[in-house]
Amino acid sequence: MDLNLTADELQFRDELRSWLASNVPKDWNEWREKPIEESFPYLRAWQRRLQEGRWAAVSWPKEYAGRSATLMQQAIFWEEMARVEAPPMANSLGLGLIGPTIIAYGTEAQKQRYIPKILSAEEIWCQGFSEPNAGSDLAGLQMQAALHGDHYVVNGQKVWTSYGWVGDWCELVVRTDATAAKHKGLTVLLVDMKSPGVEVRPLRQMTGESEFNELFFRDVRVPAENVLGKVNDGWNVAMSTLMYERGSYGARLHLIFKRYITRLIELARNTQRNGCAAAKDPIIRQKIAQCSAEIEIMRFNQMRAFSRVTATGVPGPEGSIQKIFWSELNQRLQQIAQEILGPYGQLLAGDPRAIDNGMWSYAYLRTRGNTIEAGTSEVQRNIIGHFVLGLPRSY
Amino acid sequence: MQFGLSESQEFLKDSARKFFAGECPSAEMRRLMETDTAFDAALWSKLTDQGYTGIIFPEAYGGVGLGKVELMLLMEEAGRALLPGPFFSTVVLAGSVIDAVASSAHKQKYLAPICRGETRSTVAILEANASWNPRDIQLTASNGKLTGEKYFVSDAAVADFIIVVALNGVFAVNSKAPGLKISPMTAMDLTRKLYVVEFNNTLAEEIGATTNLARAFDVATAAIAAELVGGMQRTLDITVEYAKTRKQFGKPIGIFQAVQHQCADMYLETESSRSAVYYAGWALEENSPDASTAVSIAKMYASDAARTVGNRGIQIHGGMGFTWENDVHLYYRRAKGSETAFGDATFHRERIASAVIDSGTVSAKSA
Repeated sequence: MDLNLTADELQFRDELRSWLASNVPKDWNEWREKPIEESFPYLRAWQRRLQEGRWAAVSWPKEYAGRSATLMQQAIFWEEMARVEAPPMANSLGLGLIGPTIIAYGTEAQKQRYIPKILSAEEIWCQGFSEPNAGSDLAGLQMQAALHGDHYVVNGQKVWTSYGWVGDWCELVVRTDATAAKHKGLTVLLVDMKSPGVEVRPLRQMTGESEFNELFFRDVRVPAENVLGKVNDGWNVAMSTLMYERGSYGARLHLIFKRYITRLIELARNTQRNGCAAAKDPIIRQKIAQCSAEIEIMRFNQMRAFSRVTATGVPGPEGSIQKIFWSELNQRLQQIAQEILGPYGQLLAGDPRAIDNGMWSYAYLRTRGNTIEAGTSEVQRNIIGHFVLGLPRSY
Repeated sequence: MQFGLSESQEFLKDSARKFFAGECPSAEMRRLMETDTAFDAALWSKLTDQGYTGIIFPEAYGGVGLGKVELMLLMEEAGRALLPGPFFSTVVLAGSVIDAVASSAHKQKYLAPICRGETRSTVAILEANASWNPRDIQLTASNGKLTGEKYFVSDAAVADFIIVVALNGVFAVNSKAPGLKISPMTAMDLTRKLYVVEFNNTLAEEIGATTNLARAFDVATAAIAAELVGGMQRTLDITVEYAKTRKQFGKPIGIFQAVQHQCADMYLETESSRSAVYYAGWALEENSPDASTAVSIAKMYASDAARTVGNRGIQIHGGMGFTWENDVHLYYRRAKGSETAFGDATFHRERIASAVIDSGTVSAKSA
């Protein structure tokens, strides 16, 4: 056990730090609260800049303009990005999830066709997985794709599609064999979102915004050469994408949560409760301490998991505890924020008296989604129960 | 950065697990807990042969000179076996206090025999007010003599000498000294017995000042948290095994999500406690500036988690969980004693609060 950075890790960090020092945009704060439709060109430009510095996809192999970064280096990357409050990248699904899946399963022609434009943010990718009747039970999805000569004809509906409104391409999971067992009849298609018959509708979520879309496919023709991996092996291809989703995402959360709690402590010093500053109230102090401690423990868990994956080479089902831990912690954190802010906690962005322009009311509502998106807490507990502890499958 | 165990750390942990499983299986643990002191001389000499009695102390005093992470691993395994007797009191607590406060002459006199396995000891800290805040200690030595009472002193009946924390220094008292009286407190944890120690004009040798106690207490606190991790792991293992084999409605009860999700939470709480304990061990070893806060984080989290894991374990066992013959309640009893030892979660949360709220941010080392 040695928690000091190795020479390689230090060099990686220092190179990134000095690159960020002269390249990270200074005006992101002016953009971040605008609607994403307005700021999207800005995010594309930022990604192109990262790509020019070979920082857009550090986990990718060197031959695809990555840096073959180790898990620990990836964690360092996200920490440094969070430290300088860098904007997100426009094509975050393409870079984080879909690109790696294409590199793993794609043909040479597919890699050459798609990878460069994922990197340059020229083509934005979205993910067509969930359906109205296939959420946690993803393998039960019903979108049909029928082979007609050299192309598939796709019909059905997808939901909870991030970046659907701006997506040029979609990693779409479809049913190609209705007679096979539910995991065995699925195929992944790479679909041009400009194809006739694709309709994208915004999905208004409980925060009032529309981060996600619903996708409707009516007789959409997709060339058979756009199958990713093997026909009827889509479950494995899709699972590999989800594995990336659970991989390094947690790394950046430590600093983000710390920023929340630091700001909250500042607010608690300036908020009166029961005749004294909230920061002096013993109950508030207990809650802030609990939360601060859990933020550190989240990071310890992540570092242990990275070391384990580095040693064994495979991300295991233990990763489910990270997902449960960060999502439930974020909800507890926002609840404490509400307790400290009192009636001000409910004020939305735009209200002149809202604290931090409504950041806390937004976060309070948004964190309800954390225990649902990317695998519900219930599914994560099923994974731990069955795959880690060896209990019989409950479903 | 490598937050996994090295090969030699894995080896130490693995051999400790095998040692405790072989020398102190459940039946032996239960036999010892039914005795007055839970001490067994034969087991003690085996612990000594393993080098465990000198694990973290300098070779100059007959110790093995290993680090705090190694100590955490050993205590985790001792906790898994619910090792009865004065190992924690003697080696981890008294040994660390002597190591932290005493001169080398006093270390030769008091620490070296501990390392060699020749003596047992403990540290008397709490008084009637049961406060872990050193400012609340009232017992004061005058003219090299002590008069007063200490409560909740672990394993005092088998101690050859008792280290006493007084207001004006740290003292060593021979347990046979005139005016010293040891009487049992009847407490939940049968594997670690507690006593009242009374001093009446009792001769005491000053071995150091109280100023350096904090680090020794941090080591002991982290070690208690490590024991709790081992206890949680054992409780989880026993419970999962039961959930796989116990059948109701024609199915193993582990198939029901109401049961399975509780097991998943036990796993999450155990693993998170373990991460916090390993980090605390590392921070202590490196003398990292956040070491004390790291210890508080570990003790705070593990204290609450051990109780919760025990609650879930007993519940999942149903009626069996409520019986004397099931081991889960023995871990639950230990967890209660350990929860309050060196400050419960509330105490440590306040320590964390004063670090993060009152003196700016203190956080774990990050990249």
